[in-house]
Amino acid sequence: MIQESASRRSLERTKRIWAYLFLIVPVIFYVSIRFYPTLQAFFLSLTNWDIVSKDKEFIGLTNYRNLFKDEVFWKTLGNTGKYVIYGLPTSLLLGFIIAYNIDRVKRGSEIFKAVYFIPYITSMVAIAWVWRWLYQPAPIGVFNKILIAVGLPQQKFLFSQTQAIFSILATTIWADVGFQMIIFLAGIKQISRQYYEAAEIDGANNRNLLFRITLPLLKPTIVFLIVTGTIRYLRIFTQVLNMTYQGEGGPLNSTKPLVLYIYRSAFQQFDMGYAAAMTVILFLIILAITLVQLRVMRSED
Amino acid sequence: MKTKISSFIQIRVILLAVIGIFMLFPFVWMLATSFKQGADVYNLSIFPQNPSLANYKRLLSRSIFPWWFMNSIIVGFSVTASVLFFDSLVGFALSKYNFRGKKVVFLMILSTMMIPTEMLVIPWYLMANNLHWVDTYWGVMFPGMMSGFGTFLMRQFFMGIPDDLLDAGRIDGLNEFRIWWKIGMPLVRPALSALAIFSFIGNWNAFMWPLIVSNKVKMFTLPVGLSFFNGEFQSQWEMVMTGASVATIPVFIIFLLFQRQIIQGIALTGVKG
Repeated sequence: MIQESASRRSLERTKRIWAYLFLIVPVIFYVSIRFYPTLQAFFLSLTNWDIVSKDKEFIGLTNYRNLFKDEVFWKTLGNTGKYVIYGLPTSLLLGFIIAYNIDRVKRGSEIFKAVYFIPYITSMVAIAWVWRWLYQPAPIGVFNKILIAVGLPQQKFLFSQTQAIFSILATTIWADVGFQMIIFLAGIKQISRQYYEAAEIDGANNRNLLFRITLPLLKPTIVFLIVTGTIRYLRIFTQVLNMTYQGEGGPLNSTKPLVLYIYRSAFQQFDMGYAAAMTVILFLIILAITLVQLRVMRSED
Repeated sequence: MKTKISSFIQIRVILLAVIGIFMLFPFVWMLATSFKQGADVYNLSIFPQNPSLANYKRLLSRSIFPWWFMNSIIVGFSVTASVLFFDSLVGFALSKYNFRGKKVVFLMILSTMMIPTEMLVIPWYLMANNLHWVDTYWGVMFPGMMSGFGTFLMRQFFMGIPDDLLDAGRIDGLNEFRIWWKIGMPLVRPALSALAIFSFIGNWNAFMWPLIVSNKVKMFTLPVGLSFFNGEFQSQWEMVMTGASVATIPVFIIFLLFQRQIIQGIALTGVKG
């Protein structure tokens, strides 16, 4: 008996040692490639480091103070807000409409799922260039040629200060809607048939079922999609770099998102400290959104 | 009554098909144009007059495209192998063992999912620069060698397998590493394949970090190369479309082969609750 418990204890000890062995390299990785760089970003945001000079001079909150005076920063922050506020609701609504209908299609739902989903996993660089071509003025761009063919006026699309951001958003939503659809479909499938059957017995029509059962029960799914979507739209970068002239986020910064400004400041102006300050602000925005999500989810239970 | 229902379903199918055509339109146009030549490129017809592979030949022989393709393959496979190994090992350790600090390690790894890449790229670049990792494969790969998401996923799956199976291995005298490798891993194969597909596609499409860490044209991955190449070839849209096709076709093939796993895997991440 004593021997047995001793051997069990030694087995537990061996298992513990193995567990630590399994975790040594990963813990070193996460500390040095995730946590240390995060702290370093905070530190760099308080310096005027420009990559060329060896030492990083501590300048306190100067970068943040300059940011508040920087018109381009506010412009890009505003553009980022536009991407989120116009893009995400449209993509969510479309994703839901598509999912709702695919769920009720008798045959061919697998094909529809594939068709709607495939842009989501395609390279954004490739997508951006295909759409950039579609948006060109006639006689090159396909959209404008179609507009002319049906007797409508040409549009400037990417070359217009007002239309460019919405043109980029159309591409983004096109690429994004499949993700929303798949998650909505999974959420819809989880709702028990019994709710619908009971409601139908009470004489509810399709409309009642949608607004009284489907949508309320999808609330956790919707919260999840809003949070992940907000973060995705806040981080828009690749499509703007590839769809605008020289990747500048033009015309006249009208499409430039915050992340593109960060990239330009850091890796073209080599204003590393200034760019780091912007990444800290982006981080704080994302952190706030995540905390709100946790709050909402918790109050659900 | 019956005709009413079926006509309603018809409308639904038509609606989905019309939006579906719009979804496919850019891809169809891209592929069609990649087979077109000369003035035909700007014809408003999806059928090439004289379909030819000339654009593909030109792309592969007169540019560095094959090199970029190979770089993407090397990076994609290496990072995926590393992610599968480490994420499942950590997921296993965090679900099947009891030890001090387990919760801290788990929360630590989980919280890394909240850190935006944009915040890390500047310090990563500083690190790569100091350690001479710029313009190397390792430089492109090191930030992605493990992932919080994958670890979380694997932990969930390992929690679902019974301890008895592992104990049977212990009675047979296997050490813990072999228990993980020989008993644990085969039981979570569906999760491993989903993680492998996501990791590979994610790396195949990754743009920002490879763009930052590669200065030499020869070290570009496919998306970075494509972006650079398109800037140079902007007036030759058939070449741009051919490049875009080369970047997307592998993903189409992976999708056709693993459609079910991919869609189920995505759904799984969304309804974890």
